[in-house]
Amino acid sequence: MSTPSAGPRPSVFKRILPQLVILAVALALNVVVFPDFFHIDFRNGRLFGNLIDVLNRGAPVALLCIGMTLVIATKGIDLSVGAVMAIAGAVAASMVVEGHGWGTALLAAMAAGGLCGLWNGFLVAVLRIQPIVATLVLMVAGRGIAQLVTEGKILTFDNAGLIHLGAGTVAGVPTPILIWIALGALVTFVVRRTALGMLIEAIGINERSSRLAGINSRVLLVCVYLVSGLCAALAGVIVAADIKGADANNAGLWLELDAILAVVIGGNSLLGGRFSIVASLIGALIIQSVNSVILLSGLPPEFNLVIKALLILGILVIQSPRIGNYVYMLRASDIQPQPDRPKPIDHQEKEAAR
Amino acid sequence: MTLKTTLLASAIALAPVAALAADLTIGFSQIGSESGWRAAETTVTKQEAEKRGIDLKFADAQQKQENQIKAIRSFIAQGVDAILVAPVVATGWDEVLEEAADAEIPVVLLDRTVDADESLYLTAVTSDLVHEGKVAGEWLANEMAGEDCRIVELQGTTGSSPAIDRKAGFEQGIAGHDNLEIVRSQTGDFTRAQGKVVMESFLKAEGGENICALYAHNDDMAVGAIQAIKEAGLKPGEDIKIVAIDAVPDAHKAIAAGEMNATIELTPNMAGPALDALEAYLANGTEPAKWIQTESKLFTSADDNMAIFNMKKDLGY
Amino acid sequence: MKDVPTPDRPVLHARGISKFFPGTIALDDVSVRLMPGEVHALLGENGAGKSTLIKCLTGAYRRDAGVMELDGQEVDPASTAESQRLGIGTVYQEVNLLPNLTVAENLFLGRQPTRGRFIARRRMNAMAREVLESYGLDIDPAEPLSGYSVAIQQVIAIARAVDMSGKVLILDEPTASLDHDEVQLLFRVIRQLKARGLAVVFITHFLDQVFDISDRATVLRNGQVVGECLLNEVTQHDVVTMMLGRQLEARVQNRDTGRAGKTLVEISDLGKRGMIDPFSLTIHEGEVVGLAGLLGSGRTETANLIFGVVPADQGKITLRGKAIDITNPRDAVAHRFALCPEDRKVDGIVGDLSVRDNIILALQARQGWMRPIPRAKVEEIAQSYVRALDIRLASLDMPIRLLSGGNQQKALLARWLATNPDFLILDEPTRGIDVGAHAEIIALIEQLRADGMALLVASSELEELVAYSTRVIVLRDRQQVRELTGDDISPATIIDVIATEEAAR
Ligand SMILES: Nc1ncnc2c1ncn2[C@@H]1O[C@H](COP(=O)(O)OP(=O)(O)OP(=O)(O)O)[C@@H](O)[C@H]1O
Ligand SMILES: [Mg+2]
Repeated sequence: MSTPSAGPRPSVFKRILPQLVILAVALALNVVVFPDFFHIDFRNGRLFGNLIDVLNRGAPVALLCIGMTLVIATKGIDLSVGAVMAIAGAVAASMVVEGHGWGTALLAAMAAGGLCGLWNGFLVAVLRIQPIVATLVLMVAGRGIAQLVTEGKILTFDNAGLIHLGAGTVAGVPTPILIWIALGALVTFVVRRTALGMLIEAIGINERSSRLAGINSRVLLVCVYLVSGLCAALAGVIVAADIKGADANNAGLWLELDAILAVVIGGNSLLGGRFSIVASLIGALIIQSVNSVILLSGLPPEFNLVIKALLILGILVIQSPRIGNYVYMLRASDIQPQPDRPKPIDHQEKEAAR
Repeated sequence: MTLKTTLLASAIALAPVAALAADLTIGFSQIGSESGWRAAETTVTKQEAEKRGIDLKFADAQQKQENQIKAIRSFIAQGVDAILVAPVVATGWDEVLEEAADAEIPVVLLDRTVDADESLYLTAVTSDLVHEGKVAGEWLANEMAGEDCRIVELQGTTGSSPAIDRKAGFEQGIAGHDNLEIVRSQTGDFTRAQGKVVMESFLKAEGGENICALYAHNDDMAVGAIQAIKEAGLKPGEDIKIVAIDAVPDAHKAIAAGEMNATIELTPNMAGPALDALEAYLANGTEPAKWIQTESKLFTSADDNMAIFNMKKDLGY
Repeated sequence: MKDVPTPDRPVLHARGISKFFPGTIALDDVSVRLMPGEVHALLGENGAGKSTLIKCLTGAYRRDAGVMELDGQEVDPASTAESQRLGIGTVYQEVNLLPNLTVAENLFLGRQPTRGRFIARRRMNAMAREVLESYGLDIDPAEPLSGYSVAIQQVIAIARAVDMSGKVLILDEPTASLDHDEVQLLFRVIRQLKARGLAVVFITHFLDQVFDISDRATVLRNGQVVGECLLNEVTQHDVVTMMLGRQLEARVQNRDTGRAGKTLVEISDLGKRGMIDPFSLTIHEGEVVGLAGLLGSGRTETANLIFGVVPADQGKITLRGKAIDITNPRDAVAHRFALCPEDRKVDGIVGDLSVRDNIILALQARQGWMRPIPRAKVEEIAQSYVRALDIRLASLDMPIRLLSGGNQQKALLARWLATNPDFLILDEPTRGIDVGAHAEIIALIEQLRADGMALLVASSELEELVAYSTRVIVLRDRQQVRELTGDDISPATIIDVIATEEAAR
């Protein structure tokens, strides 16, 4: 009777289907401008092809959007990730330049990113400053800090270990690809296999109720900003390693916006609540595919921003709830109420169940 | 009486004092330190002043015009003998330049010009961006000597004047050489990272073996592109010829390593010619030309790039 | 009983309204007629479809089938704004005001008095004060709405809707959080409107009120109309039977409370300045302490203070003789306290999370994120409470905000029962719950008590409070004024105490 069916859990596939479709369209556009887009060969010990580039070049935004998804799920936002990338890159570079090993450098960079995350978390969770303002502080100041570390120049290095993180390959696959996939899988696994994901969603949806249910919202908030800082640090190290130098002025510049966009394209609400890291990651790939269309099209760079804006606008319009409803209604109009829907509760049975 | 004659008169009046260069005090309002080249310019300016025994008062404006205006006013108040300005923007200088003129202090613009009446400054020392591009183009035309060559171009930040001028100059340089063709041109935002990313896409879109040369609007992008070319299994400098602009230390290093072929110097030494002109002017009123063009020197593997690298690497690039 | 005016033509006539949600037929071919000058009660169990019907009529939902006539003219409001323009004023079940705006702004939103192009703020506040006074509310209309209790917000929502309704006024459980006096005030307003020829739709689970004010009733069950009746022709018993589709067995009131067990919680001089005066309270295992008092007397504040929602600034709490520190709800949960809050929308549900997650939320929070409750266990807990409390839903996966109001309330009860607390604080546990479930929740409270749990229950329904309390504490003006035990516990004495205290003031 009124026992609800356990029902299939809302499947992950169904959740990310819109993003997959958009990604497919974006990739198809690439094929239109460059028919050989999917061609991959093995060259110079590494997989070589446009698709690999999309995966590889999408790494920084993909890494950022892992943390950003969690932050946004709590109804927050982290504008500082671009600047944190610059700091982490600068720290890693200066460490190896001073003769430390790449492991130490990586740890130091992660520590710097973690510290930045804790700072943001402190402002948001403890001082209760609005996230957009709280993280703006570091967005503005962070790049200056990075410049202090690099003394204003591109701090170049040739530590093979560190360079490997950005420009190397493992079994032919560029390392950044492996890093973002691994981190994405790890974080998804942790938040979904523990109760973390649900608790984060709860505070994003209704922090008051969550607090009353005994959830430690303060610690969780600090945690998500910490994760965001760590993700940004890793992205910063990769970007620096990729060009064998820490460019405090340009590393991660405006990437916070791409990361936020990736999260939004991933169908996550900026108002917090339910989130999907996988969908955000696909969002990051969608953005990179759009970049790829622009690069491969061969159009003059004056068109870059216009094309990108138009494509992104198109994606967001398709995803907008209004259009979604419209599509739903179009479909619903020729689907009559299903006969297999549960019958109205039957009272005889209900009585029996008591 | 024109302003110029006033200046001239005052210069003559000052001449006996100015002859003793050691007593010169000059204010320098620098934009900031947004790039390595800018840092090098600051270093070289300080060196040049020291070399001449000039007391240089340095002010970093941190990319803000109001800071520059403040600095210039304070130089005027201190009664410096001349002022060097690297203007952050082109407009909005008339008032403060008039104040300097009223105080009879000559002003020399470094590296960029302004939209103000020519009479308000003594001279402007800048490089010729178009010329730089042209030198690069001519070098490539010469190098290819009639052989067919498909060129890819990494532009600077879209819409910025260096990007526009260096592109135009390069096109002038290769004009008339039908064997040379720019097949792809995309912005790399003057950064290493974007230079690498865009070069990767060029390599795939055209096929590495079909690209014969790369022209980058600055060395940073070229350095990024070199990595992309290497990762694609090609030899930069051999399989793909590379010419860029700026002559930053890393470019010399790349040329020394055979991974790059040529770079055109955007000299950080704007102050040298400026101070020369000022000294002459203050000493005996020699009016310099309104525009002093710095040399756009071409460096290739024929130069001792390692030596230049070692010399330049401490300039702050 | 009243004379029902039955002119030929209804003001509002809706026919064949249907509404489908995934997995639910919320409305199935429902028809209602609203006559001018009549109060029309809409009755039905939790989840029967009452609120959905209202939302279809006011354009908040698109209906899937059916037609609607207003004064004989076919209308099809596509939005709530449009239905307002048509003269249909509505108070939805979940109060729908803007907490950051002032009371006056909420009252006049979209139709503020202006001077030239500017809002005449002073005049607006004065007008607001006047309107609110006619509802017996003496509050500052220039204060933000969020500073006031749900009850006051409810009155403001009603005042706003009444002002806007030219033909039809729809009230979805308007009295759920109101006291007797306020209800009477509201009824006075309703009678005035009725006299002006408006049709009023009145939804409530209080059958006394239904018979008090309404002329006619339409009864829904599982999204279908099971009947329409004139209320002077039927009894409460008939109506209940129609609603439930069965007889509601009369429960023998069980006053034999047995012996209270060991002392569980001892609260001494707990208080917070400006919120509630220091109070002391001892609660034993196997005991239900009732909290009675008028609106604003400090019932909710008492509950919140004990649970650490607002940290106390004096006094202490001991648990089984040991002093404990409760500075936030987390501490309270860790000590196996539970608080089912009064305002389910703001303090209770986590709207976008599934019903399943909402039910296990507090339990999971207590266990910590590292130790997720295994999926099978979650399923078992959720299923068992859905069954025990008869929560009507299409699937445990549906977001809880899609449940009907009463079912949300049950799910919140489930959340706290699932933590298996030693000390359960219930603040208005039966708010919005239908007659059938009401009886069952009272039975549940008795059951929990018999099993040795200690309960503190705040309720404005004296009948109910009296039914399950072993002791009743009466509050007035944020102070404990009397403790009633044994035979003193009756609605009459409670009202008496409140009245004499009021007079003594
Ligand atoms: N947006 C929605 N999506 C899915 N199901 C819904 C939605 N809104 C309501 N329902 C379902 O429709 C049914 C009717 O709900 P409704 O809110 O109308 O009940 P109600 O009669 O007002 O109950 P209550 O007395 O508890 O307020 C419920 O089973 C509810 O879960
Ligand atoms: Mg309802």
